[in-house]
Amino acid sequence: MRDRPLIYAGLLVFLVLFTYPVWHGVAAKSSNAEPDLKLPATEKECVAPREYMRTSHMDLLISWRDGKVRDHQLTYRSPSGRVFDVSLTQTCLGCHGKREQFCDRCHTYAAVSGPYCWDCHNDAPGGTSQPKAGGGASVALSHPTLNSTALRRTAANPAALPGRPQ
Amino acid sequence: MKITRKDFLKILGGSAVAATAGTLARSAASAEPNAATSKAAEPKAAVKRWGMVIDTSKCRESGCDDCIRACRVAHNIPQIPNPKQEIKWIWKEPFENVFPMQQTDYTRQAFKTPLTVLCNHCADPGCVRVCPTKATWKREDDGIVMMDYHRCIGCRYCMAGCPYGSRSFNFVDPRPYVAEINPEYPTRTKGVVEKCNFCEERLAVGKQPACVEACRDKALVFGDLNDENSGIRQVLRERFAVQRKPELGFGPAVFYLL
Repeated sequence: MRDRPLIYAGLLVFLVLFTYPVWHGVAAKSSNAEPDLKLPATEKECVAPREYMRTSHMDLLISWRDGKVRDHQLTYRSPSGRVFDVSLTQTCLGCHGKREQFCDRCHTYAAVSGPYCWDCHNDAPGGTSQPKAGGGASVALSHPTLNSTALRRTAANPAALPGRPQ
Repeated sequence: MKITRKDFLKILGGSAVAATAGTLARSAASAEPNAATSKAAEPKAAVKRWGMVIDTSKCRESGCDDCIRACRVAHNIPQIPNPKQEIKWIWKEPFENVFPMQQTDYTRQAFKTPLTVLCNHCADPGCVRVCPTKATWKREDDGIVMMDYHRCIGCRYCMAGCPYGSRSFNFVDPRPYVAEINPEYPTRTKGVVEKCNFCEERLAVGKQPACVEACRDKALVFGDLNDENSGIRQVLRERFAVQRKPELGFGPAVFYLL
C-alpha cells in the first residue's frame, strides 16, 4: 500500500502522454473541418463531373500529360461535349486560380505529399492569357503559346531586354 | 492395334508438315489485307519533315543574337554563369567546332564570328537510339526530336549520343536563373536533359519558331523539307548548303549556307 502514490503518479504520466495528441490538437486549434474551396465564379462546370474529379483528377492529369506530350493531343472533349485546351497552367489554374488556393488546400488536409507538377509547371496563369472561360471553337483553337508581347519586344527592340551586351 | 516405330515416325512427320503448312497459309492470308489497309490509312502527303536553313553570311553581317534571346524568352531558358552547367537550345559556336572537317588554315580568318547552332532534329538521331526510357523520341508526323521531361531520368546517354552537343543537363534547379518566367511555357527541373524542340508548341498553332520570327535579317529559313514547294526547298534548290558532320549518317535537318 505504500506504493499507491507512485502508481497513481505513473498512471497520470501515462494518461498525459497517451492523450498528448488530443491536447496538442486542442492547443493548436486544429479542426477536422474540410478545406473551404472557392469554386470559380465564372464557371459552372469542370472538365469532368465533380465526383470523378474528386477521386480521379490525378488519372485525368496523367492522361492529359501523356496525350499532349506523347500523342500530340492538344484539346480535350469533356463528357458534356465542351472542348478544352490540354494545359495544367492555363486551363486548370485558369479557373481555379493559384495552386495554393486550390490544389494545396486539399493536399495539405489529406496529407498528400506534394505532387511534383510545380517543379516545372508554372503555378499561376499569368501574363497576357486570361482564364479561358469561353467554350467551343475559341477554346479549341487557342493554345498556350509564347507570350507575344515579350516576343514583340525582342524582335522590335532587343536592347529592351535585360542582359544584352552593349 | 500395334504401332511400329516406323509408323509412329511417319505420323509424327506428317502432322508436323500439316501444322507448318496450316500456320504459313493462315499468316500469309492475314498479312496481306493488313499491309494493304495500313498503307492506305497513312496518307503520305501529311508526313512533314521540319527543317531549317541558316544563312551564315547574313547572320555574320548583323552579328546580333535576337534569335537566342527570343528562344530564351519563349522557353524560360536559364542563364547559368558556370559554363559547365550552361543550358543551350540555340547558341553560337566557333566555326572549327561546327565544321571540324572543313576547317583550313584560313577559315578562321573568314569566320571570325561564331555560327548559330541548334538541335539538328536528325533523320536517324543518335540520342533517340540510346535513350533507355524513350524520354526522347522522333515524332513520326513531322520529324521533330521530342523530349518528355516527365520520363527523363537524367542518365545523360543522349548527351553522349549527340555528336552536335545539342543537349544540356540541368545540374541545378534552373528557376532562379530565369530572369522573368514566361507563364506560357513550363520551366525544367533539376536532373533532366533539355534541348531545342523546334518550337513545336508554336508550330501546333501555325506559327514559325520563335528564333525564325525574331530574325530581322531573315537569315533563318524554316519549312517542310518534304514539301517541294516550300520556301526552304526553294533555298536548297538555289544555293549550296551543307550539314554538320554528314559523314556520321544522322541526317541533320539543319542546313548551312556558307
